[in-house]
Amino acid sequence: MYKIIRNRLEQGHRTSSYPKKPIQLPAIYRGLPMVNADSSLTLARRCAELCPQNAILAEERKIDLGRCTFCGRCAEVQEGDGDYFVRFSQRFELAAVRREDLITSGSLPELAQHAKEQITKLFGRSLQLRQVSAGGCNACEADINVLGTPFFFLSRFGIDFVASPRHADGIMVTGPISRNMRSALMDTYQAVPAPKVVIAAGCCAISGGPFHGSAEIIGDLNTLLPVDLYIPGCPPHPLTTLHALLAYFKQVQS
Amino acid sequence: MLKINNGERIDRSQIPRVSSELFHRQLSQFVRNNGFIVQFFAYPEDKQMVLLAVLRNSDLFILETTVGREFPSLTLNAGPQFNLFEREVAEQYGLRPAGHPWLKMLRYHANKSDKPDVFGNNYEEEIPGNYPYFQVQGESVHEVAVGPVHAGIIEPGHFRFQCAGEEVLHLEIQLGYQHRGVEELLQTVPHKRLITIAEGIAGDTSIGHNLSCCQALEALCGLEVAGGASTQRTIALELERLANHIGDLGALSGDVAFNPPAAYFGRIRGEFLNLLLALSGNRFGKGLIRPGGTAFAMGQEARQVIANKIKELRPEILHVCDLLFTAHTVLARFERTGTVTREHAQALGLVGVCGRASGLDYDVREFFPTECYGDLPTISNKVTSGDVLSRAMVRQEEIVHSLNAIDLLLAREEEPCQPVPVEGTDYALAPSSCVVTLNEGWRGEISHCLLTDDQGQLIRYKIKDPSFHNWPGLAMALRNQEISDFPLCNKSFNLSYCGFDL
Repeated sequence: MYKIIRNRLEQGHRTSSYPKKPIQLPAIYRGLPMVNADSSLTLARRCAELCPQNAILAEERKIDLGRCTFCGRCAEVQEGDGDYFVRFSQRFELAAVRREDLITSGSLPELAQHAKEQITKLFGRSLQLRQVSAGGCNACEADINVLGTPFFFLSRFGIDFVASPRHADGIMVTGPISRNMRSALMDTYQAVPAPKVVIAAGCCAISGGPFHGSAEIIGDLNTLLPVDLYIPGCPPHPLTTLHALLAYFKQVQS
Repeated sequence: MLKINNGERIDRSQIPRVSSELFHRQLSQFVRNNGFIVQFFAYPEDKQMVLLAVLRNSDLFILETTVGREFPSLTLNAGPQFNLFEREVAEQYGLRPAGHPWLKMLRYHANKSDKPDVFGNNYEEEIPGNYPYFQVQGESVHEVAVGPVHAGIIEPGHFRFQCAGEEVLHLEIQLGYQHRGVEELLQTVPHKRLITIAEGIAGDTSIGHNLSCCQALEALCGLEVAGGASTQRTIALELERLANHIGDLGALSGDVAFNPPAAYFGRIRGEFLNLLLALSGNRFGKGLIRPGGTAFAMGQEARQVIANKIKELRPEILHVCDLLFTAHTVLARFERTGTVTREHAQALGLVGVCGRASGLDYDVREFFPTECYGDLPTISNKVTSGDVLSRAMVRQEEIVHSLNAIDLLLAREEEPCQPVPVEGTDYALAPSSCVVTLNEGWRGEISHCLLTDDQGQLIRYKIKDPSFHNWPGLAMALRNQEISDFPLCNKSFNLSYCGFDL
């Protein structure tokens, strides 16, 4: 007992005051990419050539956040007089409601304004989600689990991950949906009572991620189920997920 | 057999190609004489198939043989170390290990040759779950099926328990749900995608797997890695180990309903992920390691951030460990639960934390050191009785060892090295070559083996995650345990599904 009290005192209070107070991530963190609209087409094409994810649309000077792993290679390329194609900002608010909004040059629609009224009304106070891991690398799952640790403490917002789809209001899917998980995923979705939401978390669930092109995966959750919310990243930073859930379901403004 | 070095390119023509009989005899003898398998896989060459084996005792050896439709099963004649390897060969290329006593699918996918499927499956149908589980018969025997979708936020896999009341008589673990064709992808994609995919073999081991990939590419391209970059890579691998081991101790605590350490370790684990973010911009270190070095220089500032954080966290970690390991209610649950004897561990070829907890004194960092490990002190484990407590204690010892190792590495007087330029990823791989890399990831021995053809094209990219050795260990740990102890046993192994499924 003495040791429990001593450790409790040493550990102190660790829960973040986000979203009441903003959080600044370190400069090396790669969040929302800001594409340089004035960059030359040659440079944009060089970056597109480098991109392992084919996420860069050179002609349009845009990046598809649904494909991007935020590896940052495109931000390293420069041309003679300091011309650059993109810089990654520290903005971790990356989620979107429409797939096409993820193809961006650096601005995303305010998520809270896109939340459907019905969804906020139904799930705004209490939201129970069933997570389905479908073929990824387990990094997305790891950083969703982190939301349960004292720093993020997700349940203080009335949001929880539950054991059974029967108890859930929706599913959060990670991974590129391996062929071998397709039917288990569909069963889980069917077991969730309607009305229900579908969240695609991580670039794998949105586009196949690093595994795009493999014959063993489905690659795009939207081809199987109607996706309500896209959370980009490889994996999404826990704050990206937290922001997405708070903005979309509770209309918390960033 | 040819003796090889970790991460050294050899000509494929140097690999001794022996007759099927000699191959069988040498491998059997090697394993009987305290030898272990690092790799055992098939690859196509012209119109024939070749079986290649990489073995270890205190050295590494390689040999191969050609094979027709069938080959005599080594599992049958030389023991269960070969079990999963032979089933993988059968599934990947339709080659039948004749006489294999437990010939079942691993990952539910069609084979990559034109040979008929060994398991008689039609892969157009929904295959997962269509699996011949071992069944115990009897009036008081019942079966418990768990998965692929589990209660928590974890990866999919199926566990089938045969129980008499609370007691587990047998556990069969069937995976494959995470199969996404990683090896096939690595063999066919443009080189620029290699490291992105390698980092996705197992996200919690992004550093370990990508390091193994990059070392192999460096060997095949003749790239040198500067000292500073090596230091940075070693620190990254140890940070990955720290984050995962600390997370595991927290999860073990949570599984016996002792919440304070679960909360504290959960938070402290995040601090180490944030240190990886400080090094690489990603909490799992994705994007950090590149063939030839690293993507970001580790300057004085980053060194200071890590040093300060370790100084701050070290006493906290020790205090929470003390809280965990002196609570008698915790010890009562950890001790003599889920025991894997040394004998079983050796027969199965367990590696890493699980192997060491059962008394198998093997650590790649000591036996086949890469990067800076040759200059660092080694570690020996004191509690090795093979139970949950031993696996937890090994983690605690490794945590302290890793903290010390990082302090030593940070104290090195080195100029920060230049980041590897982002362009020029079309690597000219040496033709007709073979390289095997090994690293001690936080779970244990990771190995990648790359083979090129006479044009320098990759013809085989073979990955082995330590979980491939250790899943059968978990099944053995559950023998005659109460089924309610499964979560605790499972967490004490904490194996990778995606690393196994590939």
